[in-house]
Order: sequence, then structure tokens, then C-alpha cells
Amino acid sequence: MNDLAETGNMKKHPMGLLLELSAGSRGLYLIACASLLAAIACNFLLPQLIRFLVDSVNGVPASKMPVVARIAGLAGLDSGFARGGGLTRAGLLVVAVACVGGAFNFAHRKALALGAEGLVKRLRDRLYSRIQRMPFEWHTSIQTGDIVQRCTSDVDIVRNFVFNQAIEIGRAVVLVTFAYGILFPMNFVMAAASFAFIPVVFFYSFIFLKKASSHFLAADEAEGQLLAIAQENFSGVRVVRAFGRERYEADRFAAQNAYFAELWMKLGSMLSSYWGAGDLLTGIQMLAICAAGTFQAVAGGITVGEFMVFLTYNSMIIWPVRGLGRVLSEAGKTLVSLGRLGEILDAPVETDPDDALETPISGDIEFDRVSFSYGDVPILKNVSFTVREGTTLGILGDTGSGKTTIAYLLCRLYDLREGDGAIRIGGVDIRGYKRAFLRENVGIVLQEPFLYSRTLAENVAGLSKSFSGEHIREAARISHVDAEIERFANAYDTIVGERGVTLSGGQKQRVAIARAVLRMTPIMIFDDSLSAVDTETDARIRAALRERVRGVTTVIISHRITTLSGADRVIVMENGEIAETGTPAELTERGGIYRRVLDLQQSVDDGLPAVGGR
Amino acid sequence: MQYADETSGKRFDAGVWKTMLRFFVPHRKELVKVAFFMLICSVIDVMIPLYQKHIIDKFIFARSSGGIWFVIAAGVALMLVQLAATVIFTRAAIRVEMGFSRDLKKACFEHLQTLSLSYYNTTPVGYIIARVMSDTDKIGLMIAWGLVDFMWGLSYVLFAVTAMLTLSFRLGIWLAAMIPVMAVVTAWFQKRILSCNRTVRHTNSLITGAFNEGILGARTSKTLVAEDINIEEFGGLTGQMYRASVRGAVWSAAYTPLMLMFGAVSVAVIMARGLGYVAEGVMAFGTLSAMISYAINIFEPVQHLSNIFSEATSTQVNIERVDALLKREPEITDSPEVVRVYGDSFAPKRENWEPLRGDICFDDVTFKYPDGDEYVLEHFDLGVPAGTRVAIVGETGAGKSTLVNLVCRFYEPTSGRILIDGRDYRDRSQLWLRSNIGYVLQSPHLFSGTVRDNIRYGRPDASDEEIIEAAKLVSAHHIIEKLPEGLDSDVGEGGDRLSTGEKQLVSFARAVLTDPRIFVLDEATSSIDTETELLIQRAVSRVLAGRTSFLIAHRLSTIKMADLILAVRDGKIIERGTHSELLRKGGYYRQLYSMQYEIEAFRSID
Repeated sequence: MNDLAETGNMKKHPMGLLLELSAGSRGLYLIACASLLAAIACNFLLPQLIRFLVDSVNGVPASKMPVVARIAGLAGLDSGFARGGGLTRAGLLVVAVACVGGAFNFAHRKALALGAEGLVKRLRDRLYSRIQRMPFEWHTSIQTGDIVQRCTSDVDIVRNFVFNQAIEIGRAVVLVTFAYGILFPMNFVMAAASFAFIPVVFFYSFIFLKKASSHFLAADEAEGQLLAIAQENFSGVRVVRAFGRERYEADRFAAQNAYFAELWMKLGSMLSSYWGAGDLLTGIQMLAICAAGTFQAVAGGITVGEFMVFLTYNSMIIWPVRGLGRVLSEAGKTLVSLGRLGEILDAPVETDPDDALETPISGDIEFDRVSFSYGDVPILKNVSFTVREGTTLGILGDTGSGKTTIAYLLCRLYDLREGDGAIRIGGVDIRGYKRAFLRENVGIVLQEPFLYSRTLAENVAGLSKSFSGEHIREAARISHVDAEIERFANAYDTIVGERGVTLSGGQKQRVAIARAVLRMTPIMIFDDSLSAVDTETDARIRAALRERVRGVTTVIISHRITTLSGADRVIVMENGEIAETGTPAELTERGGIYRRVLDLQQSVDDGLPAVGGR
Repeated sequence: MQYADETSGKRFDAGVWKTMLRFFVPHRKELVKVAFFMLICSVIDVMIPLYQKHIIDKFIFARSSGGIWFVIAAGVALMLVQLAATVIFTRAAIRVEMGFSRDLKKACFEHLQTLSLSYYNTTPVGYIIARVMSDTDKIGLMIAWGLVDFMWGLSYVLFAVTAMLTLSFRLGIWLAAMIPVMAVVTAWFQKRILSCNRTVRHTNSLITGAFNEGILGARTSKTLVAEDINIEEFGGLTGQMYRASVRGAVWSAAYTPLMLMFGAVSVAVIMARGLGYVAEGVMAFGTLSAMISYAINIFEPVQHLSNIFSEATSTQVNIERVDALLKREPEITDSPEVVRVYGDSFAPKRENWEPLRGDICFDDVTFKYPDGDEYVLEHFDLGVPAGTRVAIVGETGAGKSTLVNLVCRFYEPTSGRILIDGRDYRDRSQLWLRSNIGYVLQSPHLFSGTVRDNIRYGRPDASDEEIIEAAKLVSAHHIIEKLPEGLDSDVGEGGDRLSTGEKQLVSFARAVLTDPRIFVLDEATSSIDTETELLIQRAVSRVLAGRTSFLIAHRLSTIKMADLILAVRDGKIIERGTHSELLRKGGYYRQLYSMQYEIEAFRSID
């Protein structure tokens, strides 16, 4: 069991990931490869057919080229065809072969597109669903920009590999094998003259591009810096203007801009030599075939048709070989990207055991000697309390006192570790429940709620489609946000966020409360969720809520005493421990922290602001 | 949508290209070079089949090697000329591409330095970046390589057709007739492929957005148990992406074989007719070979030629965007008289600047934002004598920055005047005013570079002693000393390597170094650790002494320091007075105050 868990966490080879992702596309890739072979075969047949026709006209007997002769024979062409009416049939045969080749070419490309795009879709879907199911702790440990970058740029690199590069490698290898498999038996000397250039062309592009990659990298970096200067300038435009530094900024940008262009121009010189030399090599290869052909022809070892085949095949393979050098010099990038994606895909996600409970959740909430630390920092120390079913618990405490952690533990955004106590609802340890089921029963309104860039109606519904418009409006009324929503031009259909309206902190909080009201879970947690709403509205919302949520077990976290005064019990948190506990009346009597905060806050309401901040 | 990716279904429009004329001028020599040497390359490309014809007829068919080395040597010479021409034209093309986009970038960036803040407030940074960085790249690419493709395609087609017709008019006319058909088919496919590409790009940006939101909203999604809904909807997006990509790929998959088919039909015609001529002895084998080569090769230049127009048309969108940016007039400008005396932002005449005392007066100011339709100030009067501290309070998003924007002349009143030291501030230059204003933003913006670079941003000639003095004044000194390399520490992009509190202190020091008469402070709302916050509080009170100041305040201690408090709600100033006056009044300020008080009262009991 232990061994299994360890191997599960072992770093997989990046190519293993690719292999795994290819499941579902393998059949298509097989079709693509088979069609490619067939298309290449047709492409290779055409020059042979031309050779047959040319040589037949030239009086070479068909026995010297048995395979092609048989195919030509199918169209009723023998080596004496030119003397009969076979010319039109010859033309039709050429077109027929090209048609078949074209059909296979199309099949190859279509199958490849289906296979590769399918693979990329599965990769994207897996990344996204993985990210959705990551434990909350993972989310607090990562940088959004970094992960988005991986899910976009690295996926693009993988896509380029599975769509273009992988098949280019295959094509080049097949072409070279096919071509020289035919050419060597045809005429060894000429084939050798042509083949000698293949490794030269390949290594030339491979080595050059490998070397040039550092220059490409430098140019990319320079562009990144240029982008950063522009970005800083545009987003810091107020600072630039406030200090009157336009000239300086323009000069700074111009210098980096010129440097970046200069780098590319230098790189351009390198590339132009590379392209020129590549063309030269290709040309010299052609000349070598011409020279070799001439001497072979003099010796009687080659026909005109064969010579034409050599020229055609040669032009068919040289570009893929040049491309092969490029692809292999870039292959390293794909491995790096796959590795970076693998880190996301291999990270453990939230899972529930098979026997996780989905039985109705009800009863008292019980924190039993709960301790929790985040990294090495202890957050909660041996905290125990009970909330009776249907009652309200208030929690008072400063930032960092551990009150939010209590809320997060209760809906299992964090999980308690073994031996750190237990949280039970109705006597059942919450770790026994299915996470999703627990969260459907324990609703929480966060202090800084997130609104999706969708309509307000969808936001209030919490993306769920099971609520009617009337229900949504009612929930919004209870949380005092209905009137403000109605004031937007598109009311509940207004889109939130960059593409739509920006809501204030208080409005966001009230939308989040409407969400909770709508879901009406048996347990509700309000984590400082009215902090940006003024006192009166706060009171009105609470009154409306009390009407609605009778029988619901409620936990309210706040540093506003009036908000807590309606609670059945209040605990005061300090440095991860419970400092005071009791009913609001008892705590007011006792004269501890609660009382002092109460006095301070009441002094404002009594119009005695003299107490002063510090 | 204002920022939507404009799709151009338009035709080629020379007028659009004319707007770029002045950017062509410096590169005209290189452009001529590109065209000329490209021409040489394409002549040689057309000569190669003729060269092969010669080899076939004179050597292979004749079975003779007499003079072969001379011909091979001539071939080598040809290849060397091509090498030289290729190197020259590609170098020139890259120089044009990079040079052109460099000049465009520079022009855009400089122009952006003069545009008013209203432009920046209504235009997302990403949109501006796309204009400056990608559109200019696309234009440079099109101008350099578009010319290459056009020259090569056109000259290859012309030369090859001439060669074919000369070799055999009867066969050549057949092949020449294929060319317009190929061009039309290419254009037809190109249109469809381009439209698929646009859908793909659009969907791709949606996918990026979904990833971003999926991560930022993770906590909320978990508590709402909305993971499955999110995953399902994301699957819808990737499905859309899949279909659009496959559709585009299928169009291309059909296009290439179809073009090759045209080649095959040409070859078939050549075989069917040409072989007859060869058998009759009126045509040489080499001619047949050359015709076949042309028939197969002509497809590529025709494709280039046909594509060039649709690419040029699609680049028109990029040109229009860049041109619109370059033509955009700044809304706030200094009048020519003002520039004559005070200079402009790029060349100030500091010797003519009067010192600024700091009396500010709003005289019957009415204002609405250029993109808004509601007046946020109407006949507003306010006198702020030098040295007064004005606090502006209100909820997030209530419009607290309006007054500050007006004081800094980021915006100007729609009607009415703002007087500085008794004179309308439009009578003096923007830079004069801003050189006298110290401005500390809520989320402090630092530039990548060292701490020193950042502190002396407003006064590049400041000595280290002055920098340290400014740092000490705002209590930033010991925090800077704690950094690994002190003043030389790199702050990272946007100051990312510093904490919010540290950034705040550095931006304070930056503002103080210029010794401004007016101070604008937009207080941070985000929680900073208590120690730093205390430092900042002390810095504020020290810095404000003797200066006219506007404080967008969130903390009681700051608010209480103010001589005058303005309460803002829904963009409008609804209450003004001193702290005690407003509390007694029991209105909106009182409400805000008690809310803030609850939080701070709690903290003060420790």
C-alpha cells in the first residue's frame, strides 16, 4: 500500500504523460500514419509513371521496370502505348494516381487534426478539472499567473508538437527510407551521390539552430523587457505624469526598443546566411546528381526517365530533411513544457474514500480539542466548543486570531490532520462525509467573496441552474442588494467584472449573502461578511435573515459587537485560543475583551468620539 | 464593443496604407534592395528547370559528357549568385521588418506619453499594449515579407509563364490558363481558413480567461460546490475550440491536395500532349521535364500571390488601430502661449517657472468624466489655503479620486476654474503643476530597478545623501537597510519583491524627495503589518507639515488629522466640515466613521 502511494508520486517521464494523453487519439493517429504512407506511395508512384511513359517513348522495354509496368498495364498501357491512342489514357492515369494520393493526403491531415486537437482538448480539460479539484492549500501556494501561463503557452507548445512536429519527424524518416529504398537499386552511384548530402543537410540545420537558440532566447528576453517597460509605463501612467518623467520614459523605451530590434537584425544576418547556405547545399546536391547522371548515361547505366526520377525524388525529400533539423533542435522545448504540465497533473487532488457518507447532516457542531497549523505556524491551539443545533454562535477576534480557520475547517477547505482533534456534526466526524456533500450542507459567506464574470443572476444562484428568477430576486431582497441590481441597465442580466460592471466591496458581500440565502443550508457561516456594509443595513439584513433562517445552525464571525449581540453564545478568539466564552449578556457582565470592545464601539454611537484611536 | 477585435471584411484600401507613408521613408533603400535581389533569386529559380533541360538534352539523352564540367561550373556560379542574393534580400527584409516596427513602436510610445489620463482610465492596459507591441509587429512583418512574397510570386509567375510559352506555346498556354483558376481557388479557401483562425483566436482568449477565473475563484467554487458546473462549462469552451480548430484544419487539408491536383492535371496534359510531340520528334525530353517542373512548382508562387492580398487586407486592421492611436489628440494640452513660456513635458523651461505656494481654489467648478453622463460636481466652490489638510472619505468606488484628479490636472473642469495661488492653473504648464505635487498612490507603483532608482524617480540628479535623508524622513531608512543590498536592492517588476508596506514607504520617499508644495495621498486599504503601519502613520504626519494636502483617507488617525473633511457618496460630495461638526450632524459621515471605528477600536484594545 505504502509502496503504491510512493510510486504514484514518482515523477513520470514527460513522454509518458504524452503517451497517456494519446489514449483516445491513437486510432486516429494510426489512420493518419497509414494515410500518410499511402499518400507518400502515390507521390512516389507519379515520377515512376512519368519515367515509364518517357522511357517507353524512348524505346526502353517495360521489362526493365516491372512494378510500374504492371500498374500502367492496369490502365491498358504497354511500352508501345505511344504509337497507339494511349496518350490520353496515360494522362488520365496520372490524374487518377494523383487523385488517390490527394484523397489519402486529405485523410491523413483530417485524421491528424482530429487526433491532435482531441488530445489537446483532453489535456486542457484535464488541467482545468484538476485545478478545480485541487485542495484549497494548493491554491494558496501557487501563483495564478504562473499556472495560467502553463495552461496556455505550454499547452500551445505541446499542441505544436502533436500537430506538426511529431508527424514531420515521421514524414522525413519515411520519405528518406522510401526514396533511397527505390533509388539505390535503381542506380547505386547516383543514389550515393544524392544520399551523401542528406546527413550534411540534416546536421547543418540541426547544429545551426541549436546554436542559434541562445540568440533566439536573448531576443525573447529583450522583447520581454521591452514589454515590461511598456506595461509599467501604462499602468503607472499617473506616477510618470505626477513626476513629469515622460521624456525619461520615452528614452528608456526607445533604448530598449532599439536594442531589441538590433538583436533581431543580428539574428536575421545569421538566419540569412543559414537560409542561403541551405539553398546552396541543396543546389550543389542537384548539380552532383546532374554530373553523376551524365557519366552514368555515358556508361549506359541510366535512362532519361530514371534521371528525371532522381531529380524529382531529390526535390521531394530535401525540404523535409531540412525541416527535421529544425524540429529536433526544438524538441527540447516540448519536454520542458510537458514536465511543467505534469507538475500540475500529478499533484494530488481532493478525493473522498468510497465509503464517504452522504447521510443527512444535522445535530450539534462540536469542536473537540482542535489544533491546526499552517506550515510551522500554529493557528489553532486545542480549541473545543459546541454549537447546539438551531442556535447561533458568534466569534469575535482580531486578524490572525484563528477565527477564519475555524470556518474553513468546518466546511473542509482545510482538513484536520490525524491526532489534531476532531470536528463532529451530530456526533459524526466531518472527515467521514463526502466533501461536496458536506459543503452543500455547510454554507459559507466569505469576507472577500469572488464574483464570476457572468450575470448577476448567475452569481446570486451560485452558478446553479435550479433556481427560478423569482427565488433569486427574493434572496437579493433579503440581502438588500435587489434595489441596486435593478438600477443597472440590464438588471439581473448585467455582467460582472472586466467586461461589465464593477461592484463595491459592500455590494459583493451582499450578493454573496444572497447566494447563501438562496441555498439555505442547514449550517451557515458568515465570515465577517458584512464588514463593508454600514451598520443600519447590516442590522436590517440580519433581521431579514433571522426571519428566514429559523432552525439553521449559524456561525457569525465579526468584529462588530452589534452583529454578535443577537447570538446565543459568543466565543472570543485570541492567538488561536478561546479567551472568553458565554452568552452576550454574560460576556458583557464579565468585563473582559468583549466588554471593552463593546464599550469602545458604543462610545461612537453615544456620540462620544473622544476615546481616540491610539 | 469598443475593444472587440475588429474583423475586417473589407477590401484592399490603398488609403489606409498611405497613413504609414512617413514610416516608409527611412527604409526606402532597404526596400529597393529587397525587391531587386528577390528578383534575381526568382530569375534563378526559373532558370533551374531550364538548366536541367540542358543537362537532359545535351548529356543524358545524348549520352555524352563533353563539356559537362563547364556546365556544372556554370551551375555552381548560378548557385553562388543565388546564395549572395538570398543573403542580401533576407537581411534587408529583416532590417525593414524590425526597423519599421521599431519606428512605429517608438512613435506610439512617445505619443502615449502625451495622451490624457482619461484615455488610460477608459482603455484597458492590455489593449494599449496590444497596439504598441503586436499591431506594430504585424505591420512590420507584412511590409517586409509581404513585399518579398509579392515580388517572388509575381516575378516567378511572369518568368515561368514566359519560359513555358517560349519552350512550347501549345503546352504553355494550357498551363498559363490554370493559373487564374488556382488563384481564385486559393482566395476562396484562404477566406474560410482566416475566418476559422479568428474564431480560434477568440475562443483561445476565452479559455485563458476561464483558467484565470478558475484559479482566482477556486475558494468560492469549492464552497458553492460549483466545480462540476465549472468543469462542464469549460468542456463546452474546449469543445468549441476543438470544432473551430478542426474546421480550419480540414479546410487546409482539402486545399493543399486540391492544389497538388491542379499540378497533376497539368502534368497529365503535358504527358498526354507532350509525349506525342516527343514521339514525333518535335519536342526534346528536356523540354518535357522543364514543363513538368513548372507545372508542379507554379502552385507555390500563385498561392503566395493570392494570399498576399488577403493578408494585406487583414493587416489594414492593424494599421487602422495604430493610426487611430497616433491620431488621437490629448484632451488636456498646454496652450501654445503656455508652452512658449513654460516649455512642454519633453523640453521644460524651468528657468521661467514661478515657485508655488499652495493656495488652491475651486471656483464654480462643474465636472463630468468624459466617458460619464452624470455631473459629479456642480457649481462646486472650495477654498483650500496653503498648508490645509483636506481628507476625502467615502466607500470604495464612491468617487473619492475626482477632486484629486482635478487638482493634479489629470482632468480639467467641464466649466469653472481651479486657481492655484490665485491664477487659473491652465495658465501654466502641466509639468509646472505636477513638479510641485507629491503623489502617493493607494497601490504604490514602483518601476523595475533598484530602490535608489525608484526614490529618485522624480529627481534623477539627487545625491545619495538626499535620498537617505528622504528615506529617513518617511521612516523608510531602516527598512531599506534591512534589504539584502540596501539602496541597490532590485525591487523586481512593478516592485514585486517588496511587500505592500515597503512599497508604500519607498513611494513616500520618492514623493518627498521632490519637496512638493502640494501632497496627495491615497491611503492603502489593504492590511499592512502593524509595525509598518505605525511607521507609515508617523511618516504621513511628518510629511504633511506645512504642505497643502489632499488625503483619500481610510484610517481614523489620518482623518482626524484633517482640517477639513469631505464625505463622498455615489460620486458626489454630500457633506463637508470638520470632524466634530460632521459627527454632530449625524449624517453619512457619522455612519462611515462608526463602521471604521468598530474595526480600529477592536485593534486598539490589545
